[in-house]
Amino acid sequence: MTEERAAVVVRDVRKSYGELKAVDGVSFTVAEGEFFGILGPNGAGKTTTLEIVEGLREPDSGEVRLLGESPWPRNVKLLPRIGVQLQASSFFEKLTAKEQLQTFGSLYGVSHGTAADMLELVGLADKANEQENKLSGGQRQRLSIACALVHDPDVVFLDEPTAALDPQARRNLWDVLRAIKERGKTIVYTTHYLDEAEILCDRVAIMDTGRILALDRPAVLVRGLDAPTHVTLQKGVVPVADAVAMEGVEEAHEDEVSLTISTRRPAPVLSALAERGALDGLQVRTATLEDVFLTLTGREYRA
Amino acid sequence: MTAFKTLSVAMLKGFVRDKVTLFFTFLFPLMFLVIFGLVLRDAGTDRTRIALVGDGPIVSALRDSGTLEFESYDDENAAVRKVEDGDLPAALIVRGQEVDVRYAQSDQVESATVLGIVNGFVDKANLAATGQPPRFTFVSQKVEDATLEPIQYLTPGILSWGVAVSAVFGSALTLVSWRRKQVLRRIRLAPVSTTSVLSSRIIVSAGVALLQGAIFIGIASLPVFGLRLSGHWWLAIPLLLLGTIAFFALGMLVGAFAKTEEAASAAANIVVLPMAFLSGTFFPVDRAPAWLQVVSEIFPLRHMNDGMLDVLVRGKGIEALAVPAAVLVGFSLVVGFVASRVFKWEE
Ligand SMILES: Nc1ncnc2c1ncn2[C@@H]1O[C@H](COP(=O)(O)OP(=O)(O)OP(=O)(O)O)[C@@H](O)[C@H]1O
Ligand SMILES: [Mg+2]
Repeated sequence: MTEERAAVVVRDVRKSYGELKAVDGVSFTVAEGEFFGILGPNGAGKTTTLEIVEGLREPDSGEVRLLGESPWPRNVKLLPRIGVQLQASSFFEKLTAKEQLQTFGSLYGVSHGTAADMLELVGLADKANEQENKLSGGQRQRLSIACALVHDPDVVFLDEPTAALDPQARRNLWDVLRAIKERGKTIVYTTHYLDEAEILCDRVAIMDTGRILALDRPAVLVRGLDAPTHVTLQKGVVPVADAVAMEGVEEAHEDEVSLTISTRRPAPVLSALAERGALDGLQVRTATLEDVFLTLTGREYRA
Repeated sequence: MTAFKTLSVAMLKGFVRDKVTLFFTFLFPLMFLVIFGLVLRDAGTDRTRIALVGDGPIVSALRDSGTLEFESYDDENAAVRKVEDGDLPAALIVRGQEVDVRYAQSDQVESATVLGIVNGFVDKANLAATGQPPRFTFVSQKVEDATLEPIQYLTPGILSWGVAVSAVFGSALTLVSWRRKQVLRRIRLAPVSTTSVLSSRIIVSAGVALLQGAIFIGIASLPVFGLRLSGHWWLAIPLLLLGTIAFFALGMLVGAFAKTEEAASAAANIVVLPMAFLSGTFFPVDRAPAWLQVVSEIFPLRHMNDGMLDVLVRGKGIEALAVPAAVLVGFSLVVGFVASRVFKWEE
């Protein structure tokens, strides 16, 4: 992708807090209209990276271009074109949900009516007149996202927008994000939910200890992993010894409730199982980003 | 809607919905005004009260002059017992032409006052009875001295103090809470100038100060308290606004150093309370020792207070604003500059 069409360009950015290298040589490019995810465990450096791109923090070294401009020091020309949801939600005191939106909207010259409409978008219309501190964690989160979107920015930065949301609200937010993307906007977001990133993102960067360990389309990352597929059966349907003997099976083991078979060639294994009439309650789990993460960081993913 | 206007409205709503702030802005200073106003109301203006038995032209003349107050008794013994018991300083007993004063020997000053007054009226009546024109004439006139009745110095003092408290706390607490709640960082990401954010908060503080002025002066003017404003009271308005800006700047400085709201609150108290006591909030500074009067010159509140006294009750004109205004503007510039240097967007 050519850099002129890139919404975000980050080149070898570093940021240390004393001895701690929070961001340790990060480079990536986000194309206009792309949905870009940054994944990683707590303390990986996701927020720091995002805030450097937004222009909230100054990198120790490296270069950042946001819509072709440098975001640091505070670049007022850029600000109307970007929308930011900070990891910790930030609201004015004692204002209702609607007033928060209208106040933030007015900072960007957005009319009160348009601002109030945003409540609908994030499903908070019935909480319009509730003071911000009386909202639940998830509702605050949604309000905070609405405040980031109120001025219809070209590039949206969301720091863990789906944290603290219930499954329904999460899915609703996915719809909102997809709709934004469809209008040609660029979205850069961080998350701890690997399954969500796999569904939403065009490309993901997997970060740990301040570095990007891998960066590509989720499907490519998973395929490149060459990880085995896991087939799970109810315990007792097929003896372990029989399973191990099947063609293509690499490993099989049994616990109290189920038998798990690992294979890189699921087709012959599944047909062998079908012959035995053992397909009832069968589950097939192919490799996911979680496996990619596990392989890359050498440790279990802990969301 | 401009950002400035919406921000001002947002901050005004935040202010009005905060009951604790409302209390400390309006009710708390008013409590001081009411309590001190009532307690000190009659201080220094007491008229002497004595027992009275009988009546006559001398008594009528005394009553008309209003120099003494009387407690009437039918029985001479009862009146004298009041003096013996120490309840009243003297008893005036009128039997026809004879005017008899019994006084308590313990309180010589009070007794001498009573004797002098009664004697004066008796002499005047005697002279009138002779029908002769008086050889010496006696003329007296009231002179307005610098000593003020308590409500006259309490109102400007408590008003200045109330404005200082609400401006310092308003700016310090807003700043700290916005920094803690990341509102500052969020505002920094919006295309709005720091000036409009700052000035929208100052506008709210200024409006609050004017409202404080109207309420405090209104209540002090009630007959129970008896505040009498001088002709140039409206000169207090520019003083209230300048004071707001000066103390707002002080609050920004406090807020730049404080990490939590509690720390900001404590620091603001440490700054404001001693300043209030030494600047003549609760008693006129000219009653303080000379060295203290000099020391208190360093406080902006002292000058705001002086200006308030001059324009609200001493009847001075616009020239009385020169020094206080210069001090407040200078203070605002210096403290505001330092505050902007040490200002932090985030923790
Ligand atoms: N202002 C700061 N001062 C000192 N250290 C900091 C600061 N901000 C972040 N760090 C450190 O930098 C590292 C990266 O932090 P960062 O917030 O970027 O992580 P993250 O990936 O966003 O984590 P999380 O998933 O928990 O949000 C952490 O070890 C953190 O302690
Ligand atoms: Mg983070």
